[in-house]
Amino acid sequence: MRASGFVTDPDIRELVAFRTAGQDFCIDILSVREIRGWSRPALLPHAPTYVQGVINLRGAVVPILDLARRLGLEPIENTDRNVIIVAAIQNRIVGLLVEAVTDILTVPASDVQPTPDLASETTRTMLRGVVVQDSRLIRLLDVAQLLPQDAEAAA
Amino acid sequence: MAGPVDLKDIFFVEADELLSALEEGLRAIQTGAQEADTVNAVFRAVHSIKGGAGAFDLKALVGFAHRFETVLDALRAGQLSPEPALLGALLHASDHLADMISASRRGGATDPEVDERVIAALEAHAGGGGQKEEEAFVFEPLALDGPFGMDFAPIPASQVLRRVTLTFRPHAGAFASGHDPALLMRDLCGTAPCEVTLDPSALPDPSGFDPGQSYLSWTVVLQTERTDRQLLAIFEFIEGSCDLVLTAEGQAPAEAPPAAPPRAAAQVAAPFATPSPTPVAKLSPPAGAAASPASGAGPRPTIRVDIDRVDRLVDILGELVIHQAMLTEAIEQSPGFGSVDVDRSLDQLRQLSRQIQESVMAIRAQPVKPLFDRMHRIVREASMAAGKSARLVTEGEATEVDKTIIERLADPLTHMIRNAVDHGLEKPARREEIGKPSEGVIKLSAAHRSGRIVITVQDDGAGIDREKVRQIAVDKGLVAANADLSPQEIDALLFLPGFSTASEISALSGRGVGMDVVRSEIAGLGGRVGIASVRGQGTSLTVSLPLTLAVLDGMVFEAAGQTLVLPVSTIIETLRPDPGMRHSLGQTDSVLDVRGRCLPLVDVGMALGFRRSLKPGEGEIVVVVERGDDGAIALMVDGIRDQRQVVIKGLEANYGQIAGIAAATVLGDGSIALILDPTDLAVTGPVASRPVPPLAAE
Repeated sequence: MRASGFVTDPDIRELVAFRTAGQDFCIDILSVREIRGWSRPALLPHAPTYVQGVINLRGAVVPILDLARRLGLEPIENTDRNVIIVAAIQNRIVGLLVEAVTDILTVPASDVQPTPDLASETTRTMLRGVVVQDSRLIRLLDVAQLLPQDAEAAA
Repeated sequence: MAGPVDLKDIFFVEADELLSALEEGLRAIQTGAQEADTVNAVFRAVHSIKGGAGAFDLKALVGFAHRFETVLDALRAGQLSPEPALLGALLHASDHLADMISASRRGGATDPEVDERVIAALEAHAGGGGQKEEEAFVFEPLALDGPFGMDFAPIPASQVLRRVTLTFRPHAGAFASGHDPALLMRDLCGTAPCEVTLDPSALPDPSGFDPGQSYLSWTVVLQTERTDRQLLAIFEFIEGSCDLVLTAEGQAPAEAPPAAPPRAAAQVAAPFATPSPTPVAKLSPPAGAAASPASGAGPRPTIRVDIDRVDRLVDILGELVIHQAMLTEAIEQSPGFGSVDVDRSLDQLRQLSRQIQESVMAIRAQPVKPLFDRMHRIVREASMAAGKSARLVTEGEATEVDKTIIERLADPLTHMIRNAVDHGLEKPARREEIGKPSEGVIKLSAAHRSGRIVITVQDDGAGIDREKVRQIAVDKGLVAANADLSPQEIDALLFLPGFSTASEISALSGRGVGMDVVRSEIAGLGGRVGIASVRGQGTSLTVSLPLTLAVLDGMVFEAAGQTLVLPVSTIIETLRPDPGMRHSLGQTDSVLDVRGRCLPLVDVGMALGFRRSLKPGEGEIVVVVERGDDGAIALMVDGIRDQRQVVIKGLEANYGQIAGIAAATVLGDGSIALILDPTDLAVTGPVASRPVPPLAAE
């Protein structure tokens, strides 16, 4: 229930910013369901390395992705201080494991700059753009790219 | 109140029921098992479909049903005799009627030329269409008088309306037991013209008003065609808690209503909590509420419930089972544990939740009969297309199984039946040559067996030609030419993808997407398919399925630091093997000698890729599980924790399917444990040959 503080202006973006592997990222607040502390996931067999396993989220089985590994960065240290951002991506619920949620940004859509050309192909598919805020560069993730387009077909 | 759309939905649901009654009746006539009323029932079914279709202006359907009905009428009147040819045409017409109805349901229509051809063929069988009616056919709305008590057309106006006066005074106790006069009045008045008079004369002064008492009485004068008995039946449940006087026209009231000076209506609406919160003035029947009482309730009263509601109940129940396990675990670990009372209550709770679960599952459970009934048509069509003569015999139709399973079983079963007709049965000429009756028999049976449902499709055909099967498998490169295969292994080749023995590709089967699809669909339901065959005597396919997809009895165990679950139904035994029982085969594989039977030995932790090697103390316990029809497999685990009911949670919704994993569940401590699928686990073999896991595509 997001009754209040809900931004309907299409020119304003609300973004959840977080840190992992020493870099700042953000995703659209509309795809975030909740943020919760780390709990030990059950391992999944034959899973890619960035899939940490699955946790129980009030009866639903939710896979946990180590975002740093997913983006090809150094895997993050396993500590209890890590948090899981539960996001809805294309009718699926996944948990993104990150080091810390830093803040919630409200920025005009025009502040989101396109990803600079020098980024590698992988990086560019994962990013929708960047936001510069107080001399910090915050990378806006394209959450749909975090999952392969057709996971079922791959299974 | 059902809107027109809902009514139409109901028509289609009922049409399905009528269609199956129709087909069943025709089959009964065909097999000579008919009773005196069977022909009538068949006629009524078509007639009711016609009536319902007319109410929704489905002209093609009405026209077809009408001509169909005319032939049936002649049969009913004895002008026609049930010759096999006529019955064949009748069945064909009934199949086509089903097609027309399902086309209408989708908002489309069947090809009018086909409609005409089918019905003309029927009329030709019925004697050159001699039964055609002379007068132009004009549709008139007809009340459905099928066995389902649903009237679509307006109720015919009654001949004589009686005038009935009824005085009703509820006692105080009536309200305590939850009766509402407003509802009784509504039932009483229905659509009939009525006059209701409130008698508030017994109301005391506001100062002496007791909301727990009953002061009001009503006098109802109504015009009705219902009998006194029907009217009194409305008050059946309040009998003894009210004074009720019924006077029909012309008779003096046996007990005059108490004469009292009428009070102003305003007084009734005084701001007191009157026992009846609904003002009587609202009792005038709502326009169009033509809810006639269901005439002649069927033998088993049933309700139609939206399946989503039941599913929600199943979900909540799943949570209940999880939380009950959590509670048990929490209490057992608390210092005060050991109290007999707590223990007993926990036990009760466990039993109750199991009972609720069984009851809910019973709601979802449905007999396989409708599914089996559909297969008659499959056999008819398949045998016609294959130029064979076949008859379907069904057994155990009352066997109940989860609705989802029934729905998802239709396709594989259709495939299996078609295969049995197409590949299993010999051509009639050949059958006669070898002394079999020219008509082949396909037997379809269902039964409960140790917590599972077993469905068997059996034919009395030629059986599997193992030499041929083997040769084809070799030709297609599915097995090595020098492979030494047991008869069972050869039979199992039929389930390999891309295998097809039909020398000529037929329209029915033989496209090479046969049995492997059946097997994977059944496996998707947590089931297994087995095949057995005796040369010259026939083949039987056995499908074994779980009764429900929501909960299973599981054995909780540990492997490689992970908690996992095995379905108890697959477990044959658990043992702690002596080192001497273990024998290596080749570099990595080993087998376990269990009382002279060599079983493949697999470490669960390694098979799932959780560990590369075993440390001392690991994998010392062996669980022998069934591996479908191809025997058993020995699984090495680290320790067995518990046996309990677990709620099945799919992984597909948020992740995808994983080889060797059937689903997941939530344990008592809130953590997730994966449920193993031993069949799949065994098939997938060592880590290197794994299929690409989901999410891996980058």
